[in-house]
Amino acid sequence: MADAPEDRATALADAARAGDRRALARLLTAVENRTAIAEHALRRLYPLAGAAHLVGSTGPPGAGKSTLVAALIAELRRLGRTAAVVAVDPSSPITGGALLGDRVRMQAYAADDGVFIRSMASRGHAGGLASTSTAAAAVLDAAGFEVVLLETVGTGQSEVEVAAAADTTVVLEAPEMGDEVQAIKAGLLEVADLVVVNKGDRPGAQRTAAQLRAMLVPSVARSDVDPARPAPKRPEVLVTTASTGQGIPELLVALDRHRTAGGDGATTAARRARAAAQVRALLVERLG
Amino acid sequence: MTDRPLKVLIAKPGLDGHDRGAKVLARGLRDEGFEVVYTGLRQTPDMIVTAALQEDVDVVGLSILSGAHMTLVPKVCAQLMDRGLDDVLVTVGGIIPDDDVPALREAGVAQVFGPGTTIREVADFIRANAKPRE
Repeated sequence: MADAPEDRATALADAARAGDRRALARLLTAVENRTAIAEHALRRLYPLAGAAHLVGSTGPPGAGKSTLVAALIAELRRLGRTAAVVAVDPSSPITGGALLGDRVRMQAYAADDGVFIRSMASRGHAGGLASTSTAAAAVLDAAGFEVVLLETVGTGQSEVEVAAAADTTVVLEAPEMGDEVQAIKAGLLEVADLVVVNKGDRPGAQRTAAQLRAMLVPSVARSDVDPARPAPKRPEVLVTTASTGQGIPELLVALDRHRTAGGDGATTAARRARAAAQVRALLVERLG
Repeated sequence: MTDRPLKVLIAKPGLDGHDRGAKVLARGLRDEGFEVVYTGLRQTPDMIVTAALQEDVDVVGLSILSGAHMTLVPKVCAQLMDRGLDDVLVTVGGIIPDDDVPALREAGVAQVFGPGTTIREVADFIRANAKPRE
């Protein structure tokens, strides 16, 4: 306790890297609470992060984000790959309290050291994540998890922040999410690297997927615009039934393909752009 | 750091399917300004302690109506100790005979809340007794 924050931070960060789950959990709390220890630890851990595949999972409430994340964990573990989760649920704007219920769907891994699940309250941050979620993901990345899944709060149409945090962004839709006009609205679907129509066993799932495939066509690339501007994406559309695992192996293959193909999200330039966006967001928050 | 919300895990150990009380408490503590992690039904002590560790909670609240509290609660307490979570406040709610309360306290339970307890009593107890973290 009497130690300087630098020393405490170093000890916690090194223990977390060495596999001490308690130290990792403590460190994540420090990050959430923005303590001096967190600042020092992040300075040490950020350069060690970058090996993990950061996968964002977003979509409307009840579309099945937590169930999909749980199904992905199962598939990753089947293949011997490690996984960490940062699952965000909203904080009450009235009391500041929160009900964090994402773990309910992710219970099977109590004795498995290859899985680490952490719930976070959004604490008033509006973009779909907590303001400290990306830092938490970096800590889990530096702690050696091969895949870090970032699950947002249930989102509407415009909470696109997760795309700035993740290498690959998965947008979930439930069947009957709307007509083609919904699919061509600006916002969430524009930042998707993969679109998943979950609850594939419900009527209308295949039709919804077909409508999305038809409408999510990129606009024609133009040579006269700033090449640094993000290029329009053409996300693959998959159908899953997360509760049974149907379509999950295919989803993981698509995630891996997006990453190894150096797809939009995974290139160094894209990572650098995301880092810049994160720094800007931090500055706005601290100065704003 | 007193302004950060306290984090509470509400868990139902064992084979007891009655989670209305746990859900009402989880919701009530949310309204009292706590960050509440709810993990659902039929948890083993191992699952509960893993969740407490990964979430780094300040409080573990166990809800039991099945009568198995003398088996399950000491196991949870012992595992919390084993895994270094000795600063976590443990409370129990449900149908707990008075005669069992001393043994549960001996096992490491800070307080037992029976039927008729108000949300406010639980919230006040947690605020007064959760050990401050940095």
